[in-house]
Amino acid sequence: MGKVLMAGNDAMAEAAICAGCRSYFGYPITPQNELLEYMSAHMPKAGGVFIQAESEVAAINMCYGASAAGARTMTSSSSPGISLKTEGISYIAGADLPCVIINVVRGGPGLGNIAPAQGDYFQATKGGGHGDYRMIVLAPATIPESIELVMLAFELADRYRVPVMVLADGMLGQMMEPVVLPEHIDPATLPVKPWAITGAKGRKPNLITSFFLDPVELSEINVKRQARYQKIEEREVRYEEHETADATVVVAAFGSVARIARTAVRMARNEGIKLGLLRPITLWPFPYAPLRALSQRVDVILTVEMNAGQMVEDVRLAVAERAKTPFYGELGGLVPSPRDILREVKRYAS
Amino acid sequence: MFKDLIKLDRLPTSWCPGCGLGQIMIQLAMVMDGLGLNHTNSTVISGVGCTGRLAGYMNVDGIYTLHGRTLPVAEAVKLVSPDLKVIVVSGDGDLASIGGNHLLHAARRNPDLTVLCNNNNVYGLTGGQAGPTTPRNTKTVSTPAGATYDPVNLQNLMKAGARYFYAKTTVYHQLHLRNCIKEAIAWPGFAFVDITCHCIENNGRRLGFNSAYEMLQHFRRTYKRAPDGAETLGPDEIGIVRQG
Ligand SMILES: Cc1ncc(C[n+]2csc(CCOP(=O)(O)OP(=O)(O)O)c2C)c(N)n1
Ligand code: SF4
Repeated sequence: MGKVLMAGNDAMAEAAICAGCRSYFGYPITPQNELLEYMSAHMPKAGGVFIQAESEVAAINMCYGASAAGARTMTSSSSPGISLKTEGISYIAGADLPCVIINVVRGGPGLGNIAPAQGDYFQATKGGGHGDYRMIVLAPATIPESIELVMLAFELADRYRVPVMVLADGMLGQMMEPVVLPEHIDPATLPVKPWAITGAKGRKPNLITSFFLDPVELSEINVKRQARYQKIEEREVRYEEHETADATVVVAAFGSVARIARTAVRMARNEGIKLGLLRPITLWPFPYAPLRALSQRVDVILTVEMNAGQMVEDVRLAVAERAKTPFYGELGGLVPSPRDILREVKRYAS
Repeated sequence: MFKDLIKLDRLPTSWCPGCGLGQIMIQLAMVMDGLGLNHTNSTVISGVGCTGRLAGYMNVDGIYTLHGRTLPVAEAVKLVSPDLKVIVVSGDGDLASIGGNHLLHAARRNPDLTVLCNNNNVYGLTGGQAGPTTPRNTKTVSTPAGATYDPVNLQNLMKAGARYFYAKTTVYHQLHLRNCIKEAIAWPGFAFVDITCHCIENNGRRLGFNSAYEMLQHFRRTYKRAPDGAETLGPDEIGIVRQG
């Protein structure tokens, strides 16, 4: 297939269909609307189901049902809507159901604004909902990568029976880029889910639940799930290093900011500053080990985010005192320019 | 055998002795058995509450959902697996209060779901607090001076749409209850069965009833069958109103 020009929201929707997702439930919120609108037109054409639900709460619970019934399923929203979904996400995690959730993050807290932001990092990676659960969080930096990560999200969700979030932002949702669409996966070729609600022909009835009154039973189930989380941490860490081999200063950034930081690296290098970039692609599991390794050979790891300092807490956890770990953030939906990042870098580059 | 539809090894249930939920489960099992509905072709989905436990006792694929979110979960199951018969059993608090918005919109979208609402006038599981169906002036643990507001009118809510199926019955009127469940299952859309049921432990005793039997007798005395063809059920009438 050749290249086509696509906006991020459309591309992520199409990627879900390519991944064999045939059920989508959403609710309008800017800057994510195009994703829902794309699905309304294309999901039925692909033979799938689309509902514009009465709320984000309804949409995530429809995902709970569709996933329980064995289907690949997705919902999408933007920050305030994701807050409403967190109850459902906790139950999806508690019932060991696969599900893909896209958050096209906007400025917050509260209603905030519709500009791109990264203020939902904590919510995405540290819980949001109640209880001891984890969600794999994938952070694309470009639209081609958004497609790749949406496809991956479905695969990981099914493999580990966990919710997976693609954490984009308003810029990634709205911007257009040339992309190559992947081959369509035929849902009929996906592995059968023996635990799903499909009619108990030739097997014992299944019960999908996160409810276990007996503390011993709940504890056992939680311990098992934690073991699965540990496997994810061991196997699924993804990140990118750029120009770090000889770097003395490294910017740590994810998503759109990492893309901007790449330009800052080029500008710095032109000025003789040995700047590199480390970009976590999985925000959970977080690339602690690569950052720890990097901290042994660089002086400064500068975290840049479109928030008041969220991922920087994980960077500091990884780096400890081995390198300086300053932070530069833009708030309220403001986007740092490469020049802004370079200016910050220069405060630390000797 | 209808007993095959119940997980006998899970008995006794967690429900209080005398609770009407056992009757609802047995009547549902009998109707399903009669219609050839079983573990191979049906699923029972419930919310959270005493009623919410029902899905776990039925010997079919089941789902415990979130409190109040029973309908969106069930609707998606039906969409994804149209060949499955999807039966929802949940409490009045679950369906009409925390899930009230979903009730409005599920009814509007009219998916092929059978919804059995255990209407016991209170939040049973959490101790008998007032709920959306508690009659005005009723004393409960959260309305010590009597319930302040009028209850929701489930019939009117369900009849707000162009197409609807609303049945009102009680656990005392077993044949009627069974027939309502049967008709609801046969209805090719959103069918809501409002089952007046007694919560003896967390409601009845506080109202002065000494036993579940007394509450059932109260239902017997209070409720009358609506005349055939009635378009609206009176407050003390049981029957079915529908429009396809
Ligand atoms: C989000 C949330 N809020 C509150 C509860 C606590 N809770 C459990 S069941 C219930 C109400 C049950 O009442 P109803 O739905 O009428 O069912 P019944 O127990 O009477 O069968 C409540 C408030 C909960 N589980 N989840
Ligand atoms: S508390 Fe009420 S509704 Fe719950 S089991 Fe006991 S009698 Fe039944």
